[in-house]
Amino acid sequence: MNSAIEPWVLVGQLSDIPRQGARCVKHDKQSIAVFRTMDDQVFALEDKCPHKCGPLSQGIVHDGCVTCPLHNWVISLSTGEAQGADSGATLCIPIKIEQENILIDVSKLR
Amino acid sequence: MKRKLVVIGNGMAPGRMLEDLLEQDSNAFDVTIFNAEPRVNYNRLMLSPVLSGEKTYDDIITHNDAWYEQHGISLHKESPIESIDRSAKTVTSKNGITASYDKLIVATGSDPIVIPIPGSKLEGVITYRDLDDVEYMLRASKICKDAVVIGGGLLGLEAAAGLRAQGMNVTVIHLAPFLMERQLDESAARLLEKALELRGIQIITKANTKSIIGVDGKVNSVELDTGEKLAADIVCMAVGIRPSTDLAQKAGLAVNRGVLVSDDMRTSDTDIFALGECAEHRDKCYGLVAPLYQMGAVVAKNLLNESAEYTGSVTATKLKVNGVDLYSAGDFAEADDREEIVLRDAQAGIYKRLVLKDRRIIGAVLYGDTLDGPWFFDLLKKQEDISDMRDTLIFGQAYQGGEPLDPMAAVAALPDDAEICGCNGICKSKITDAIASKSLTTLDEVRAHTKASSSCGTCTGLVEQLMTLTLGDAYNPNAVTPMCPCTEFGHSDVRRLIKAKELKTIPDVQQALEWKTGSGCAKCRPALNYYLVADWPSQYADDYQSRFINERVHANIQKDGTYSVVPRMWGGMTSSKELRTIADVVDKFNVPAVKVTGGQRIDMLGIKKEDLPGVWADLGKAGFVSGQAYAKGLRTVKTCVGTNWCRFGTQDSTGLGIRIEKFMWGSWTPAKLKLAVSGCPRNCSEATCKDIGVICVDSGYEIHFAGAAGLDIKGSEVLGKVSTEEEVLEHVVALAQMYREQGHYLERIYKWAARVGVDEIRSQIMDNETKRKAYFQSFVLSQQYAQVDPWCERVSGKHKHEFKPMADLSVEVV
Ligand code: SRM
Ligand SMILES: Cc1cc2nc3c(=O)[nH]c(=O)nc-3n(C[C@H](O)[C@H](O)[C@H](O)COP(=O)(O)OP(=O)(O)OC[C@H]3O[C@@H](n4cnc5c(N)ncnc54)[C@H](O)[C@@H]3O)c2cc1C
Ligand code: SF4
Ligand code: FES
Repeated sequence: MNSAIEPWVLVGQLSDIPRQGARCVKHDKQSIAVFRTMDDQVFALEDKCPHKCGPLSQGIVHDGCVTCPLHNWVISLSTGEAQGADSGATLCIPIKIEQENILIDVSKLR
Repeated sequence: MKRKLVVIGNGMAPGRMLEDLLEQDSNAFDVTIFNAEPRVNYNRLMLSPVLSGEKTYDDIITHNDAWYEQHGISLHKESPIESIDRSAKTVTSKNGITASYDKLIVATGSDPIVIPIPGSKLEGVITYRDLDDVEYMLRASKICKDAVVIGGGLLGLEAAAGLRAQGMNVTVIHLAPFLMERQLDESAARLLEKALELRGIQIITKANTKSIIGVDGKVNSVELDTGEKLAADIVCMAVGIRPSTDLAQKAGLAVNRGVLVSDDMRTSDTDIFALGECAEHRDKCYGLVAPLYQMGAVVAKNLLNESAEYTGSVTATKLKVNGVDLYSAGDFAEADDREEIVLRDAQAGIYKRLVLKDRRIIGAVLYGDTLDGPWFFDLLKKQEDISDMRDTLIFGQAYQGGEPLDPMAAVAALPDDAEICGCNGICKSKITDAIASKSLTTLDEVRAHTKASSSCGTCTGLVEQLMTLTLGDAYNPNAVTPMCPCTEFGHSDVRRLIKAKELKTIPDVQQALEWKTGSGCAKCRPALNYYLVADWPSQYADDYQSRFINERVHANIQKDGTYSVVPRMWGGMTSSKELRTIADVVDKFNVPAVKVTGGQRIDMLGIKKEDLPGVWADLGKAGFVSGQAYAKGLRTVKTCVGTNWCRFGTQDSTGLGIRIEKFMWGSWTPAKLKLAVSGCPRNCSEATCKDIGVICVDSGYEIHFAGAAGLDIKGSEVLGKVSTEEEVLEHVVALAQMYREQGHYLERIYKWAARVGVDEIRSQIMDNETKRKAYFQSFVLSQQYAQVDPWCERVSGKHKHEFKPMADLSVEVV
């Protein structure tokens, strides 16, 4: 198993994701949302809102957070935690950029 | 029998006088007003904010058509009076209307002075007095570059700041050695000069204009007597005003500089009063509203035979240029019997000067920190002996008696009779009493009941502090609800500023309006995106990342993350071919549910995101376009069968509905927009609970709007009746455009109508053909950019990334 030795897997290029947007990465039964902010930081979260499993990749990205498209919970991209009065957290997936390449750490994935 | 009152001139002074009169006795007079201007009464003081783009004409109207109607007053617009026949007791206007009077009021205001230098009649040379002047300047600022303002007084500087805000290069030419020499002394004037120069306004003092040079009859430059030439596309002369007395003089009334009045405000003819800037009382003519309002109150009483007297006023002025604080009151010429106290801190941009005579304040100039203006003015007017506080007087009220006070405590410490609103002469207790006795909770209510802060607006802060004092936490001074936590501005302000400052991208708006967050939030971004789409249709590139998912992918997201697809079925009509296509799509993509919607069309639910382009491609081949069932935009136009089939149908309601839908589809609106057309008043398409509805009748079409049948239920309002389909289209589209331009994001038509007034909307759309046609044209223009089928665009590859995953790691891991 490849990933046991090398957890970092290339999923795409920075330019594949629009600024303040997101793309999905499929991983077995799971979906991972990869976000790009205004200032080109990238984050990866499991594409599942802690509220009712809304697809976070479809939300609006703003200032280090994403607003869930179903009922407007605001989730922090860096911690996966719900902001404000709501509570709950989404799984955060380690991510890094090398040159323009986006790599995620798949070792934590089920 | 009611007596007849005729008023010549419909300015600020008679406007207020009439309110006083009607309040005391609304039955005493039949009132007729003649005005030279082609409009209702508006707040002249607020012309500068209109010029700078902070307000619109609509914002500054003080008495609208409905007000005159409601009070049974006949207003003749654009009808200057040319003669008064005192023996017959009639007046006659230029356009031939004659009216007879028992009592007459001359309120012709002032004429701006035009210095008779060569070139003063060229096109492009204007004065600054009424809305026409402002509209001229606004038009000019769109197409021209250089403006020269002659005159560095109050009006000249406000004009300069406004023209600068509109992006022109502005130079102020001033004859005296320093600005506003009648209100300021040299030190304060220098600070002011610096502040204006920082804003990009060039100032030349001690400058005498020799001539204005034209090319082809139009202004080209201004020449000073030093020979220096300044480029100019427009020249605004703001060198002073002269009471407008020609008419009174012709009628044989006693006239000096103004129309002479005695303390009861009567002219030399006891049946004729003079009121406002045109009047001269005890050797004085006034050019500010405070004294004119006081005169008005006296006139109202004397019209009702209660004897009242006007004894003159002391005035205070404030310059209304955003970010420049300047206050001056009384007299501050230097003389031997006077002393001065001066505080100067050039670094902090603060300057205060008090002129004392016989232990009393007779003049005050404040620059940079004007908080104590009203307090000094109060001491001045009451002529209080200030000996006891002389040492600390200049530091202001806060320093009298030890502890410095915060602004709130300072207001609390003001005596009950301290004047808060100078323009309207309203003292502190009048405001606090009104708040308490009438349970007022908003600034607008306080304005309506006390008039405080309703004229030049500079006392608004004080009035708000009084409201906080009286109401405590019940008063939220930021009565404008901010759009979202990223900003203090409300939706209306943001919309206005986008236009005024010509902001054309979301980052521009956030930058210019000092957004508190780096990139906004999920509340403000979609709103800003809509405002920019609506305001700059040909220039703005839609920001998809600022749209909610439904609008981004042109389908409705469902609770399990799948999507629903609703194609347009124009007016609810369909065909075997369309139905067959839908059936094929459902089979091909295994669509789990198909439903007839409440909007007369078919919904395919539970489609996977990746399948959307495929579904659309198949639908597109059969001629379907997106039904925009997700959009803050035109949704459905429901119809009934009308004259095509129904035995009661009066018009072709199906055809008209389809025509409207084909014309309007694709347009974005503040919130969703749903229409319906019913063929007769039985109303089978439920037009009377729609955003806009049409009910066909034998003689034509009744247009309705502002209905609701969602979260709220509300029957619609009647907009009006028209007789042809063309007219229906023009009115409906104009109404939609007015809403597009004014609505707050997510505000349905019925909420917008409640905010701006059903009557206002009706009068703009039904009665004002010019406005209606302009709205219609703006809509047509923006449709050129909006009427593109988003599904077809996606099928041909736009935003491809939205519909497929960036990577699929499943294989690798297994
Ligand atoms: C499909 C449909 C129900 C149906 O099966 O018939 C429907 C479905 C939804 N409506 Fe509706 N409304 C549908 C007709 C209506 C109607 C009736 C009508 O249009 O004649 C109303 C009342 C009239 C009105 O618009 O006020 C209606 C009032 C609402 C409201 C309340 C709006 C309001 O301001 O009061 C919402 C909530 C909102 O917009 O915030 C809403 C929202 C929704 C949403 C978009 C909820 C959401 O955010 O996901 C539903 C989307 C389902 C989907 O994916 O298609 N829907 N909805 C109807 C689609 C009509 C169409 O062909 O486009
Ligand atoms: C840009 C600007 C800013 C100002 N700012 C301030 C301020 O901050 N504070 C302040 O106190 N004051 C300010 N003023 C001054 C204030 O607006 C005036 O003092 C006030 O409007 C005068 O009121 P009025 O009724 O006498 O005359 P106006 O308001 O001038 O009204 C006179 C009306 O009579 C009409 N008229 C004239 N002749 C005839 C005729 N023969 N027949 C029929 N109609 C006729 C005119 O068209 C005009 O509409 C400002 C003025 C301007 C222009
Ligand atoms: S009424 Fe409309 S919003 Fe509510 S569940 Fe039905 S379709 Fe959804
Ligand atoms: S599922 Fe995300 S807010 Fe409800």
